[in-house]
Amino acid sequence: MKELVILSGKGGTGKTTIAASFAALAKDKVLSDCDVDAADLHLLLKPDSKITNEFWAGQTAVIDADKCTECGLCQDLCRFDAIHDYKVDPVACEGCCFCKNVCGEDAITMQENMSGHWYVSGTKYGPMVHAKLGIAQENSGRLVTVVRQNAKEKAEDSGLELIISDGPPGIGCPVISSLSGATAALIVTEPSLSGMHDLDRIIGVCSHFGIPAMVCINKYDINEENTATIEKYCADKNIEVIAKIPFDNAAIQALIEQKTLVEHSNGALAKQVTALWNNLSERLMQS
Amino acid sequence: MIISVASGKGGTGKTLVATSLALSIADEGVQILDCDVEEPNAHLLLNPNFESSEPVEVLVPQVDDDKCNYCGKCSEVCVYHSIAVMKERVLLFPELCHGCGACSYLCPEKAITEVGRQIGVVESGHANGIDFVHGKINVGEAMVPPVIRKVKDKINSKSIAIIDVPPGTSCPVVEAVRGSDYCILVTEPTPFGKNDLELAVQVMKQMNIPCGVIINRAGSNDKSVEGYCARENIPVLMKILLSTDIAKLYSKGIPLVDGMPEYRQVFRHLYDDIKKAVAVEKSR
Repeated sequence: MKELVILSGKGGTGKTTIAASFAALAKDKVLSDCDVDAADLHLLLKPDSKITNEFWAGQTAVIDADKCTECGLCQDLCRFDAIHDYKVDPVACEGCCFCKNVCGEDAITMQENMSGHWYVSGTKYGPMVHAKLGIAQENSGRLVTVVRQNAKEKAEDSGLELIISDGPPGIGCPVISSLSGATAALIVTEPSLSGMHDLDRIIGVCSHFGIPAMVCINKYDINEENTATIEKYCADKNIEVIAKIPFDNAAIQALIEQKTLVEHSNGALAKQVTALWNNLSERLMQS
Repeated sequence: MIISVASGKGGTGKTLVATSLALSIADEGVQILDCDVEEPNAHLLLNPNFESSEPVEVLVPQVDDDKCNYCGKCSEVCVYHSIAVMKERVLLFPELCHGCGACSYLCPEKAITEVGRQIGVVESGHANGIDFVHGKINVGEAMVPPVIRKVKDKINSKSIAIIDVPPGTSCPVVEAVRGSDYCILVTEPTPFGKNDLELAVQVMKQMNIPCGVIINRAGSNDKSVEGYCARENIPVLMKILLSTDIAKLYSKGIPLVDGMPEYRQVFRHLYDDIKKAVAVEKSR
């Protein structure tokens, strides 16, 4: 089983656009959307026949006002500044249970959090596992793990050998959950100072967890000098720049029409993304 | 006043807006706090002189083997599974620890002390008359909120604090926008921009933070973001047209209001509009 995860560090560099095109191009695969707090892949792939599952994770403290003697111990001890005036701020509460364990009056109980949903769906390009984290919820990393586990199960049950994951931006908890144990990461970057700065950090995360990375420079012609710098950086780190894709309004038009690049047209951009996929799938088969 | 700049979707122009707003009203006394501690970028546009650097530490347990009798209480109270007690050994998993302090407080033998473990850094300095603060989480670390909290400890209540918020809708966003008087939501007129804007608006509603929208890369034939804002009665504060010139300035790390000074006035108006909205909100 091979698992490709698409990451970027910086947001908005084109991860989902590229992941959706791979969905249309790759054969025999399961798709997974690991960007669980701002998922977008479903907008292009339009999954149907959803099997919906609840995602329960973590707890929130609740103070029973009838039992509370307002001694203030819980407030003094809470490290998350989540208790004020003998009431719990559910957004700030990290569910550590410390307050419950110290309350002399047994006035605090813990409530399980329904933190979101995850889905197993069908698309015209194959099965898709995706999720929606509840608004302002924690545990996005755990939900990513659930999505990946179920994508893997789905692939095994269906006899499919490939998982393509659309990852979240950043380098924190959900990114680490998306990345650990994957076959390879495709990092989509752009030639801006921000893109380059963030590329260095996501490459650092990949090497920290021992995941081989390849780089795609999107909108490379916005700043060719920076593109050359990225190419040199990658060469020094022995990382392959597997594609350079020019800025093209077709990408925005395809998105507005909610189509993948390769469905939208067979213009220059679609051809380049197809070539990218062909190269990438070869590398995946070799790894 | 605290103004945060958030988006839901990444790469819509949060940092562009936050830095240009700060530069346009610098004479009023401004502080910019980059709370996108996974991928901070504001310094690339503002080039601050950093004057101080402080480690961000989370407290993790340390067990005194002489005092520990392996009773297992610490492991029992740790919901994050960062302590496992074996027959004559305690295993610690510090990267899972949230630093709640339950284990050390509840240890009957007083065998646990807490020690700092560095997970990132907060750097402060100045840039063009703006107070600059940002946080950076160490590569490989997962726990973002403590770094954001440390950045926000630097908020100076006498200044206008502008917070550059990370993308998404989960705990780092909540931590960054908490306590804001107003939140600017930056989006783009595409189905992704609209979808993620709706999620971000729900976060602000849940947190009772008034918000308005900036449509970046405007001018496409997709009017769904504007339709959504009209239906939900959310003000569209500003539009920035789609322009490769703006993208090129950004790619070089040149703030929009430096490369295109005509935008300074637009950002000053933005600030005036926000000031009015906050005053209306406070009078309610």
